[in-house]
Amino acid sequence: MTTTTKSSWPRWLRRGPMENVATVLIAAGVLMLLQSFSMTLYTYSFITTLVGTAMFVVVSKFPE
Amino acid sequence: MNDVAKASFIERAATATPAPVARVIKGLSDRAIAWLFISPTIILLLAINIFPLIWTIQLSFTNYRANRPNAEVKNIGIDHFQSILTDPDVWAAMQATAHFVFWTILIQTVLGFALAYLVDRRFRGHGFWTTVILIPMMLSPAVVGNFWAFLYQPQIGLFNYVISFFTGLDPSSFEMIGSVKLAPWAIVLVDTWMWTPYVMLICLAGLRSIPEYIYEAAEVDRASKWRQFWTITLPMALPFIMLAVLFRGIENFKMFDLVNLLTNGGPGSTTEVASITLKREAFEKWRTGYSSAFAIILFVTVFGLANIYVKALNKVKSR
Repeated sequence: MTTTTKSSWPRWLRRGPMENVATVLIAAGVLMLLQSFSMTLYTYSFITTLVGTAMFVVVSKFPE
Repeated sequence: MNDVAKASFIERAATATPAPVARVIKGLSDRAIAWLFISPTIILLLAINIFPLIWTIQLSFTNYRANRPNAEVKNIGIDHFQSILTDPDVWAAMQATAHFVFWTILIQTVLGFALAYLVDRRFRGHGFWTTVILIPMMLSPAVVGNFWAFLYQPQIGLFNYVISFFTGLDPSSFEMIGSVKLAPWAIVLVDTWMWTPYVMLICLAGLRSIPEYIYEAAEVDRASKWRQFWTITLPMALPFIMLAVLFRGIENFKMFDLVNLLTNGGPGSTTEVASITLKREAFEKWRTGYSSAFAIILFVTVFGLANIYVKALNKVKSR
């Protein structure tokens, strides 16, 4: 019989969902960088990608 | 090597170790010896990867110019980042990159998957044809860039004559790398020719990983070949296709060699992708601080995409 220990880590702060949020941010940043419609989106693309990437690096250390 | 010979070799190696060194090693723990072995690699990695990266980050906040080493270096904060991210010319370079990345990925994925689907049929001589298809990706990009530049020559190049044979156009009536309209497609064509086999290889791995019994069960349920393709083949090969798309996306985002050899960003700045702009800023205009900031922007983008790539890779591995 195996015993499972209940983690006190909040469910919404688990690695899976947070990694998905970071992935969406990175993808949005890349799309903003490469689009040809709005200069404003282009201007804010780098900060979006940077936040997404930094978030990915941090949340990939979170428990599953 | 038999056991006796191996033992005598180890004994000889042990006795050959100078006594002072042997005394030092004898006193080390297993962990310390492990660190001793990996430290040259770590030092090399720090010297050729980490140190230049940190230096580039530092330079991106300064007005440093490599052709004026004695000029005063001032810290200018995020000025370079602001000017890059509000410059219409750099934005145009990003759009040229986007055109190149989008079309190469789309064409390579469709063609690569179609070729993989064909090769997976295991027809007579499929091994030979797989090898033939894989040849372009084994060539050096420098070689490919040079010989396609010759093929595209309007006077002596073979490409114009082939097009004229099929369409009846005059061979000297169009220029692939000299025309504003055709030049972006000329580099898309070369990259597609070179890298479709790679996408095919990854898709083939995906198709071969689908168990045969799933198709057998579908046959029992009298599912048509069309239905089997849309409900079994495509969904099960999708993680591999995603992997190929991400990998080609990252590679083409930082594409330099082919574009530099074929068009060098021209005519005008029609094919000036981000890496060509970076080269011009760094080694033609000598704006080292500015180009460092640009390199950091490209690096963060590629690093972010690489994270998604690794995530997709782990998903495929866990299948």
